[in-house]
Amino acid sequence: MSVTITPRAAQRVQQFIAKRGKCAGLRLAVRTSGCSGMAYTLEFADTTQPEDLVFESNGVNVLIDKKSLVYLQGTELDFVREGLNEGFKFNNPNAKNHCGCGESFTV
Amino acid sequence: MALLHIAEPGMSTAPHQHRRAVGIDLGTTNSLVASVQSGTSAIITDATDHALLPSVVRYRVDGQIDVGQAALAHAHIDPANTIVSVKRFMGRGINDFQPSQRLPYRLVDAPGMVAIETCLGRKTPVEMSAEILKTLRRRAEAALGGELAGAVITVPAYFDDAQRQATRDAARLAGLHVLRLLNEPTAAAIAYGLDNSSAGIYAVYDLGGGTFDMSILRMQRGIFEVLSTSGDAALGGDDFDRRIGEWLIERAGINDLSPQNLRVLLSLARRIKETLSTQEAMRITLPFAGVSAAEFVLTQAQLWALTQDLVSKTLAPVHRALRDAELSIDDIDGVILVGGATRMPHVQRAVAEYFKQAPLTNLDPDQVVALGAAMQANKLAGNHHADDWLLLDVIPLSLGIETMGGLVEKIIPRNSTLPVARAQEFTTYKDGQTAMSMHVVQGERELVSHCRSLARFELRGIPPMAAGAAHIRVTFQVDADGLLSVAAREQSSGIESAVTVKPAYGLSDDDIARMLTDSQTHAGDDMVARALREQQVEAQRLLEATQAALDSDGDALLSKVERSEIATTMSLLKEDMHGADAQKLHQSLDALNRLTTEFAARRMNRGIQRALSGRHIAELGI
Ligand SMILES: Nc1ncnc2c1ncn2[C@@H]1O[C@H](COP(=O)(O)OP(=O)(O)OP(=O)(O)O)[C@@H](O)[C@H]1O
Ligand SMILES: [Mg+2]
Repeated sequence: MSVTITPRAAQRVQQFIAKRGKCAGLRLAVRTSGCSGMAYTLEFADTTQPEDLVFESNGVNVLIDKKSLVYLQGTELDFVREGLNEGFKFNNPNAKNHCGCGESFTV
Repeated sequence: MALLHIAEPGMSTAPHQHRRAVGIDLGTTNSLVASVQSGTSAIITDATDHALLPSVVRYRVDGQIDVGQAALAHAHIDPANTIVSVKRFMGRGINDFQPSQRLPYRLVDAPGMVAIETCLGRKTPVEMSAEILKTLRRRAEAALGGELAGAVITVPAYFDDAQRQATRDAARLAGLHVLRLLNEPTAAAIAYGLDNSSAGIYAVYDLGGGTFDMSILRMQRGIFEVLSTSGDAALGGDDFDRRIGEWLIERAGINDLSPQNLRVLLSLARRIKETLSTQEAMRITLPFAGVSAAEFVLTQAQLWALTQDLVSKTLAPVHRALRDAELSIDDIDGVILVGGATRMPHVQRAVAEYFKQAPLTNLDPDQVVALGAAMQANKLAGNHHADDWLLLDVIPLSLGIETMGGLVEKIIPRNSTLPVARAQEFTTYKDGQTAMSMHVVQGERELVSHCRSLARFELRGIPPMAAGAAHIRVTFQVDADGLLSVAAREQSSGIESAVTVKPAYGLSDDDIARMLTDSQTHAGDDMVARALREQQVEAQRLLEATQAALDSDGDALLSKVERSEIATTMSLLKEDMHGADAQKLHQSLDALNRLTTEFAARRMNRGIQRALSGRHIAELGI
């Protein structure tokens, strides 16, 4: 599986999951919308779906549906701090352009 | 590249649509801002990693305004332009502050609310609070990467209408969209996730810098309700600082301390207090020259002995809150500690002993309110599932309307849960009355003069009818923020009039406390006073009606003897009406009533005859 979670991101995900309580894992997906085509979503997962691929990366259970996986091959999920702002970041080799604010991308 | 956070299943927002919402604890001593990210509520710190923003604003001669630590650092150098504890001024009039309080500010009596004359001109408490809120807004926007969609701001549960309105105005002035004003204890309970419990009764003990607030909450079927509130508006961590300060003054043999050095001493005392919460003893060096001793050691045990009475003093309001809620200690399912001063181990121990259970302390007591507010903001902004809890708070003092004779008719009783709407019917007092003036009051006492006036308005254009024939429905509505609107409607004509109570600001905590205790201690007096007033109103009404009847029909329907008898009895009644003897007044009232019964019957017969001959009965004033 070529989608990975950095150790730093994995540690944060585990903290969030521990605070939230029961959780089947972390769902990564791509959906079409936004000003330049596609957008990432990052959600807690309560259940796995039949079309999901489930795997583990650095101790985190990751769920990705097959359609999204097409756009996420080779992606790394990181947790970064930029100025006062902290959060997750997708490093996706497939993405060619980001819109100005970076919330959506095209392939 | 924008950074992402983990959303609840199915709750990812489309790009550019995540609604940034924050919770703000606008405290007397410290303020904080928090927001929910990746499902977790967290405090947003400033660029230097500080969570708490001291609630201090300084107006500088160069036109700059400092907020927080920078302002606090100058409190002792520039006291007149450095405003601390501005929350105490919110929604208050100048008369709420006694000269004996020796505030270092130039207070001015501005319309509605007290203001402070600073080197940058006259500033209202609303403007000063807005400066604090603006600072927090900027901090949040920098951290969340964009404009805020809205904020939940917390207020003490006992805040009256004026204080809530002032808080809301301050937020608006700071460019914040207020999603909701939330009571502080309720916010704390939310932070502890007690909203997820199926049911329970919780005590929230909040000892902050300058104030002590005690609240009892009930969580039931997804609904939070504040059952009662009490507290002490002049008790908090600052008093512990003063105790330590006095101890140092005595030990060091200091006779005279300049106001500046007093500030220095008090901030040292505060550091000592905070350190001794986690350390058994502390070595202290006084930074003053010319004192008989400058080196001391203060132990935790000594500090506790020095301040034990302050801790005990909090227990009376605790007891009162339980009594008001008609509960005993055994009914309490959990105790929540709020406020920085509850970090002191002897405070925690006293609370644990009183409630016979260990209080919840795993969240930071000075952050817990902001954390809960952020969770509420997140839900209100729509970033969450629809299975929302409902939040119910209560009104701190009863709301009512003045009726004849200066009596209060309570329409919404104290501790009613919010939002609430209640209506009551009133009628006209005089024949042909076409207007009715409404006086909205707040308080527990029976007489208007003992309550606080909130607003007055008039209902005009009532069609002329006989006294008592008009049906005027007065509706009181208090929204989820605790703000009141009152509407009056005459039912037959449909004419209406309404006010949103933008009250003349000015009810202090002391007032609230006094009004509550007064209503308890004076309950007996009040009943007597009420009975007397009712008789007086009745007497006035009877006298006026009798006089009107005499004027129109006395000559035609009464003999000379009957007429003089009535006149004598009327003058006796007039005399008793101005006395204080309800019993005697009652007798005179009865006498006149009896004496005029026959006269009334004769008038009635005549009236019916006239009505039958085509005249309208209402014109006869029967
Ligand atoms: N570790 C500690 N030990 C003892 N007291 C502390 C500690 N940390 C903070 N405090 C005290 O807590 C008080 C401030 O509490 P908090 O920030 O909750 O106040 P606030 O809510 O702004 O005030 P208020 O109740 O007046 O509205 C100060 O007196 C501070 O000295
Ligand atoms: Mg507080």
